[in-house]
Amino acid sequence: MERIPILKIGDLLLVSIQVDLQDQTVMALEEDLAQKIVSSGARGVIIDITALDIVDSFIGRMLATIASISRVLDAETVVVGMRPAVAITLVELGLSLDGIKTALDVERGMRLLSGRR
Amino acid sequence: MAAEIFGNVVERCRAEEESLLGRWREIVAESLRGRMTGAELDKELRDLLDALLSALATGGGTDLNAEPYAEVRALLVELSRNRAHQGFSPRETAVGVYALKRAIRDTVGAEAGFAALSDVIDELGLLTFEIYTKAREEVITNQAEQLLELATPVVKLWHGVVALPLVGTLDSARAQVVMEKLLQTLVDTGSEHAIIDITGVSAVDTQVAQHLLKTIVAARLMGADCIISGIRPQIAQTIVALGIEFGDIATKATLADALMLAISRSGVDFGTEMAKRGL
Repeated sequence: MERIPILKIGDLLLVSIQVDLQDQTVMALEEDLAQKIVSSGARGVIIDITALDIVDSFIGRMLATIASISRVLDAETVVVGMRPAVAITLVELGLSLDGIKTALDVERGMRLLSGRR
Repeated sequence: MAAEIFGNVVERCRAEEESLLGRWREIVAESLRGRMTGAELDKELRDLLDALLSALATGGGTDLNAEPYAEVRALLVELSRNRAHQGFSPRETAVGVYALKRAIRDTVGAEAGFAALSDVIDELGLLTFEIYTKAREEVITNQAEQLLELATPVVKLWHGVVALPLVGTLDSARAQVVMEKLLQTLVDTGSEHAIIDITGVSAVDTQVAQHLLKTIVAARLMGADCIISGIRPQIAQTIVALGIEFGDIATKATLADALMLAISRSGVDFGTEMAKRGL
């Protein structure tokens, strides 16, 4: 099974989703990320979904879950690079991802997280 | 086989071709009232008559979908398309075909095969109508699309600030286009602030508000911030009366106020900016 790599940059973790998300992959990512946040003591998580062009409610919920897990572990989550079509789909699905921070690209996401402290 | 139902009308038309064509052109020119040059009309009708007579002579029968009529159909398609695009009325277009009946009666005479020939011409007339309508529909669809394009400009007001001035009524189709265009511009220009100016929107009802809210939530998901500006007093009253909640979305009375807010949020220092440009 494919695993999505989690990169550590300073005290941030970068998750760049480049493949089609299967339910299994997503579950593994949640688990890996939780462990990585604890082991690295990261303060922020950036999830880059630039390459994602199809979303469903499952993925929408996954993003919310990951954000909640990170918050419990005292790390803030920023979702970056969402495409217009994806944003429209999520709105139509009624998922406004309340409580998740968003940014246009990875650079702005990093600036947003570092500006918070 | 099918040729005999036309009797010798086809041969006689061939023999009288010039005078028949002359009479036909005369009738058609009368109805068009000089909106086409004689030479243009002459060529159109000559080609059409020639193709029709050849089709009849080679056993076209009364079925217009038959192979011998291919050229006639092609010519008619072109003729009615052109007429539709040039703004001729349906009557003026159809007269072009139906006048042939009168021209034949006047020059060749209503003989044995005339009834069958008349049926064929009726069919041709119907075909003309069909194509004319289709061409007009195409024109209308194109115009609607162009209008949609025209009506949704996204302008850059400042580095990282784009504005979307909305004018007219906002229905679902237009709201969809507006939404996609704004979001795409945010990505293309990397802008973090968008101002939706509704000064030109004639009325705001719950549906329009719904569309605006959706656009703003979608922009937020992408990491951009939206401000609504240009809310006129009456519109503000309507919004409150309808119980529409904009929540934590910033609303400003004028575009100027919205721009100021957007610039201050993006943390621009005017002194440095102007110094950079040597002002």
